Amino acid sequence: MTTALKPDHDVEYELQSPNWSSIWRKYYRVWRVSIAERMTYRADFLLGTFLRMLPMVTTILLWQAIYEGSGENILAGFKYREMIAYLLLVHISRMFSSMPGLAAGISRDIREGTLKKYLIQPLDLLGYLISYRAAHKVTYIVMAALPYGIIFYLCRFYFDGIPSASICAAYLLSLILSFLIGFYFEAAVGMVGFWFLDVTSILYIVITLNYFTSGQMLPIDLLPPFWAGFLKALPFQYMAYFPAVVYLGKVQGNELIWGLALEAFWALFFAWLARYLYRRGLRHYGAYGG
Amino acid sequence: MMSVEECATFRASTDHTVPNHDSEALTVKMPPIIEVDHISKNYSVFRKKEGFKGAVQGLFKREYNTVEAVKDISFSIESGEFVAFLGPNGAGKTTTLKMLSGLIYPSQGTAKVLGYVPWERQDQYRRQFSLVMGQKNQLWWDLPASDSFELHREIYNIPKQQFQQTLGELIELLGVKDLTRQAVRELSLGERMKMELIAALLHRPRLLLLDEPTIGLDVVAQVTIQKCLREYHERNKVTVLLTSHYMRDVEALCRRVLVIARGKLIYDGELSGIRDKFGQEKILKIEFQADEPPPDLSQYGLVGTIEGPTVELRVERPKVAEVLSNILARHTIADVSVQDPPLEQLIARVFEEGGTGE
Repeated sequence: MTTALKPDHDVEYELQSPNWSSIWRKYYRVWRVSIAERMTYRADFLLGTFLRMLPMVTTILLWQAIYEGSGENILAGFKYREMIAYLLLVHISRMFSSMPGLAAGISRDIREGTLKKYLIQPLDLLGYLISYRAAHKVTYIVMAALPYGIIFYLCRFYFDGIPSASICAAYLLSLILSFLIGFYFEAAVGMVGFWFLDVTSILYIVITLNYFTSGQMLPIDLLPPFWAGFLKALPFQYMAYFPAVVYLGKVQGNELIWGLALEAFWALFFAWLARYLYRRGLRHYGAYGG
Repeated sequence: MMSVEECATFRASTDHTVPNHDSEALTVKMPPIIEVDHISKNYSVFRKKEGFKGAVQGLFKREYNTVEAVKDISFSIESGEFVAFLGPNGAGKTTTLKMLSGLIYPSQGTAKVLGYVPWERQDQYRRQFSLVMGQKNQLWWDLPASDSFELHREIYNIPKQQFQQTLGELIELLGVKDLTRQAVRELSLGERMKMELIAALLHRPRLLLLDEPTIGLDVVAQVTIQKCLREYHERNKVTVLLTSHYMRDVEALCRRVLVIARGKLIYDGELSGIRDKFGQEKILKIEFQADEPPPDLSQYGLVGTIEGPTVELRVERPKVAEVLSNILARHTIADVSVQDPPLEQLIARVFEEGGTGE
């Protein structure tokens, strides 16, 4: 098609069609630039990590009181030490799956028109954002390794040592999948911004519900059997509960494989949903605004 | 006493501000870069009623207004042209630019840009043009511009050598050698705009769409950007379509202008032609020998400013010679000149007429 229009200056490379390696290099570059950007905020990191762990002290005391008050050693399959270990591990899950400001950022891009950057450049919004978020996560995990190390060392009493290599591998896989679920779920929520001007109230509901349904507040098993079963059928548990119980060795064998397979399914589902909503949204955007 | 010639030479010199003889030679062989064919864009806008009651009503029954942002516009732009898009706020300039860059699609009509339908957003199309919209930047705020440039290199898949050459050329053209390693947030508005322009040109686009490139800038920065655009255009024969509110930009850069008002294209032609089409008046600037001008001048035309013995008189073009000879016959005159009204005023009037013309 372009042969009819012969370029009037030296532009041979323009017709160089992008291949997989150049696509990979593109998003790898986004990742690297994002890391450089994040590093400008490193002081913020250290302080934030310590502050986020402070409420842990009250949580430990609270659960101590609950266990003593109940007179039982085990609640819903969790010993007291396991319970505290769980609540610490949930922080690690969230380190992978939480996406602060992702949905709000997408809807702001839509509302304020900065979205056009992705439409006029050969750059995909979701590809760009996931590279950006991956960079965030890597820098955050590297920066937070020291404070987290100290906290977990101080809390070593609550853990039964380091689990087996196969559990560790499954744990790592579940964390990576929880990153994908977290990313694509919030991205899909952000796409709602194509149809609603303001998504803050929707986001508020989602965040509040997610806090509970993902098992951040307490292990899902503590709920009545019906509700526990219901929440385990939903994808939200993979953003906090599932990786933590994998680490604790509470899901093993076939159950573990099934769990990981389902987690992978949800990751693919949300990836499809976000992409679908983005495509529909762009059609809407093209007709009504810009 | 050199008057009429003065204005003639002025006219001639405006024709020379944008020398692009080469592109004219090329246009014969090549299809247009931009072809817009009877394009229209309607927006359906939710009409919000006033106050709380209206807001509640709006929950159940919504009323929509159709806004015709662009009405049946056609034009074509040849390779290498530098064209200005003029019009008051809300005339449809930006909407048209958005359609040409593929951000939105038209309600009716078609367009082809570089042989592509823009709103299909094919990668190959997106690699060949650039859109710069005011200060809404594509640069990373917390990082030096050079990092953003590196990112652009990957996004557009630009070979390293080509990239370095283009970057060096642009940095020299804009005089920003020491600024590319500074965090973008520390740059002034003008410097940021220059970086924005570099980012837009790095992949050597064949078409450059500029929406208000000098808005909010001081005169020095404006002139630098104009100079850069002019030189870049001359060197690379890129096609440029620019909207601006500053007539200075337009006069400095463009030979051809498209005037749009209330969504309609009301003029398409040479900048100087605007005077022929819309400027039916001339300004006679007369300095009388006496200390004060004679009181009965309003019979000849509209009296403008009076400064001591000097008067500005607006006269319809066909009557200039007659009025001048009448005045010369009755009064002693120290100096006289015939001028065109400032283009800015003329354009403002064209906008108004375009608005009330329907």
